Amino acid sequence: MTATLKPTNPVDATAVLGLGVYRPSILVDNEQICQWIDSSDEWIRKRTGIVTRHRAPADVSVVDMAEAAATEALKDAGIAGSQVDSVIVSTVTHPYMTPSAASDLAARVGATPAAAFDISAACAGYCYGIAQADALVRSGHAKHVLVVGVEKLSDIIDNHERSISFLLGDGAGAVVVGPSDTPGIAASVIGSNGEKWNAVSMDNSLLRLRDALFDAQTSGDASALLDPEQKLWPTLRQDGQTVFRWAVWEMAKVAAEALEKAGVAAEDLAAFVPHQANIRIIDELSKQLKLPDHVLVGRDIVDAGNTSAASIPLALHRLRAENPDVSGGLALQIGFGAGLVYGAQVIRIP
Amino acid sequence: MADKNAILAGLAEIVEEETGLETEEVQLDKSFTEDLDIDSISMMTIVVNAEEKFDVKIPDEEVKNLTTVGDAVTYIANAAG
Ligand SMILES: CC(C)(COP(=O)(O)OP(=O)(O)OC[C@H]1O[C@@H](n2cnc3c(N)ncnc32)[C@H](O)[C@@H]1OP(=O)(O)O)[C@@H](O)C(=O)NCCC(=O)NCCS
Repeated sequence: MTATLKPTNPVDATAVLGLGVYRPSILVDNEQICQWIDSSDEWIRKRTGIVTRHRAPADVSVVDMAEAAATEALKDAGIAGSQVDSVIVSTVTHPYMTPSAASDLAARVGATPAAAFDISAACAGYCYGIAQADALVRSGHAKHVLVVGVEKLSDIIDNHERSISFLLGDGAGAVVVGPSDTPGIAASVIGSNGEKWNAVSMDNSLLRLRDALFDAQTSGDASALLDPEQKLWPTLRQDGQTVFRWAVWEMAKVAAEALEKAGVAAEDLAAFVPHQANIRIIDELSKQLKLPDHVLVGRDIVDAGNTSAASIPLALHRLRAENPDVSGGLALQIGFGAGLVYGAQVIRIP
Repeated sequence: MADKNAILAGLAEIVEEETGLETEEVQLDKSFTEDLDIDSISMMTIVVNAEEKFDVKIPDEEVKNLTTVGDAVTYIANAAG
């Protein structure tokens, strides 16, 4: 006779309970960027909307930034670290392949022995994290999940490169997800278009750097290591036109699908918070979605640049700070980026 | 081959929608960047809207060759067969 397994205790609904951010101290303006690449303040503003971006000092790590944002989010939610039973960190810039940023963060906020893992979904990482947290809480696996989107992109760019580096900034955003009497997180749309794997990517794998080091050590000839043209440290590149087209016209469909899954229309939204990749993408997406005037649109990119997994919570945090009435309203959030991958959902703003 | 006048009129509407330029200003000999002051990102928007309106495919690498409004009209006319 086979034993029967005890059923789990699912809950019906989840919500975002609190929100926190960390904005690093160094401000990089377009004038500074133009010392590195052939560009102009006017060109960058007109084509991207970006005026400044924040970058973290050398002694501030990805986990330091995550901790600062998480601490504010826990306070905002009124939840102690010890009440958190899963920690999810979405990042592509934690400089250790293992162990995860999440397990370090869990210990720092007093969440041990919470489940802890990182998500690698680039600019969609935060929305992937929300989808995962919602599923963990609804299935009864976790009660309170800390989700952090954090990036120190300044570690993986080449300032003299012209396709993507000038867009990027550092930062962190965190939320706490927990059970709720009424649905505060609608069903997510998450997916990938891996046939565009190369559209935004590192220019090389770390193995190339390892092999060059090994060669230098065995041959005693370090010239390749010292040659800046070798570009041994992997950095980001993109095909901007391909990404732009995909980000606007494919993502408009994903955003519409997220609204449909939530059972709401554009008129029902208080805010639209897309990934902060380019103001022209944000404006075109808003147009495609036919957002009515009352819907506030996240435009944090102007000051913060593109912070990948951190951009949506950073933009939402700012929107709420500047418009406290938006709290309790519905926000459509959509992340998209390297993979290519995407994620979207409607949430109730804490 | 599709009617070039109809394509020009349709394209002019798309340009007006994206840039606010009057449709009459969108003429065959006008250069998108030099005369109409359309930047590379607006051009992408125009191209995608044109793909939808005329049911054609305009690949990224082709967009660079569309210097004038006439180039775009000819390309769309040929692609639409
Ligand atoms: C990156 C991006 C701003 C580049 O704009 P673009 O219009 O596609 O640029 P193009 O490569 O077509 O180049 C157009 C012109 O601008 C110039 N240019 C390109 N990059 C430039 C820069 N950083 N500064 C100044 N000029 C630049 C080119 O040399 C070219 O000039 P030309 O017409 O005289 O030859 C734009 O493609 C974009 O934002 N794409 C979306 C990418 C994105 O958001 N990625 C993140 C996803 S997570």
